[in-house]
Amino acid sequence: MLIDWQAFRLTIELAVVVSAILLVIGLPLAYWIAFSRWRWKFLVEAMVALPIVLPPTVLGFYVLVALGSQSPLGRWWQALTGHTLAFTFSGLVIGSILYSLPFAVQPFAASFSSVDRKLLAASATLGASPLRTFLRVVIPLSVPGLVTGVVLTFAHTMGEFGVVLMIGGNIPGVTRTVSIGIYDQVQSSNYAAANAMALLLLVFCFAVLTVVYGLNRQPNQGVWPMGPVK
Amino acid sequence: MACFVLAPGIAIPHAEAADREINVAAAADLSAALQELAASYEKRTGVVVKLSFGASGALTQQIQNGAPFDVFFSADMDYPRQLIAGGQADGKTLYRYAVGQLVLWVPKDSPLDVEHKGMDVLRDPSVKKIAMANPQHAPYGRAAAAALKHYDLYEKVSDRLVLGENVSQAAQFAESGNAQAGFIALAHAEAPAMQGKGKYWVVPVEAYPPLDQGVILISGSAHHKDAAAFLGFVRTEEAAGMLRRYGFSSPDQKYKLK
Repeated sequence: MLIDWQAFRLTIELAVVVSAILLVIGLPLAYWIAFSRWRWKFLVEAMVALPIVLPPTVLGFYVLVALGSQSPLGRWWQALTGHTLAFTFSGLVIGSILYSLPFAVQPFAASFSSVDRKLLAASATLGASPLRTFLRVVIPLSVPGLVTGVVLTFAHTMGEFGVVLMIGGNIPGVTRTVSIGIYDQVQSSNYAAANAMALLLLVFCFAVLTVVYGLNRQPNQGVWPMGPVK
Repeated sequence: MACFVLAPGIAIPHAEAADREINVAAAADLSAALQELAASYEKRTGVVVKLSFGASGALTQQIQNGAPFDVFFSADMDYPRQLIAGGQADGKTLYRYAVGQLVLWVPKDSPLDVEHKGMDVLRDPSVKKIAMANPQHAPYGRAAAAALKHYDLYEKVSDRLVLGENVSQAAQFAESGNAQAGFIALAHAEAPAMQGKGKYWVVPVEAYPPLDQGVILISGSAHHKDAAAFLGFVRTEEAAGMLRRYGFSSPDQKYKLK
């Protein structure tokens, strides 16, 4: 069997779950970053951006050790669920959320900031609550940025390797993602299998990105409201 | 990457010293033992021994693709033979330097009485995850899988196995408490960093094919003379003694009885 379909299904599942959760967590966080006037806001911005700079091994290491059974937090989780966070799908989800956080929040926040403040003021003077203004004015004007954030999160999670290698444990159907499967095949010198899976992943990711960017095409506005995110 | 790029620039003022170095690829079970061996060799000869550890299969694959190693310490004999067959290593230099041993390890505070019950502790429901190296490219992973099959446990525990990329990662999974038990190298269980952190049971040698470990000189090595001299040191009784202290048996002594 050249292609590990189970790994593909698992990876897509992981990417969908992480993108959905980051959309939910990312919107309020990005809104706060875009509109808060707190003087220490830059600290939060720096923290959100950290995963771009930190190697995935650092994140994987913290998830593994800080949430392992030697730490209070890990013991609490173990008492609650009966197992440690490592080697589970939920562990991968948590690791991936941390790892992909800036890829969702930064495009969200950038597009929120680029909304014309006069429109927000107009909405408020017409009696709309801040929540209503957010849902009816800010969100519709930020769609390209939101799409960018979700797509980047999805793509980033599809291609994740380091965190999964550190905390996954390579369990088929649970934590063996495509990138791990490809790595295993290369390490065992099964280049044919590695090639088949790598090519499929490449084609799949290219197709997803093409469709999304194609649909998101707008005459005067690119999907990169803040320029390409690293 | 950066070191490769920078190395020539840095090397100029110390051309002589920089020449006297060898690059060694070594199986993960040697991570503690070989550091001591290399340090002692360095002190004596001034030749810098640079060590890279990984799963034997992974390192073999890297050497096949041109990784610039001079010497390869495998955790089995098959990977060096693959390199000989492919012309990447010199068959005349193949030497069985040690025999590795597999142990079943649990953390010190674990309620599992692994020292007396051995493999049976894996039947305990509190064992949710069992760490082992990946059998696809790690000899210790193959040994662990063979041992589980030998005791007729493989089917029963297969959904609880978590695979480390190499045997060091399997040890780390168990040591950090993320897995409740782990199949690791005796060399790791007895390494200073792990001592006092756990208890273990030496898996009887009849339960898995022997972990005969071979070392070999890589063809086209840029430091052929120094690498060959280092291999000469590995063959000495002194080097064998160091390896024995880390839980390896010498090939002639065959197995450590425990």
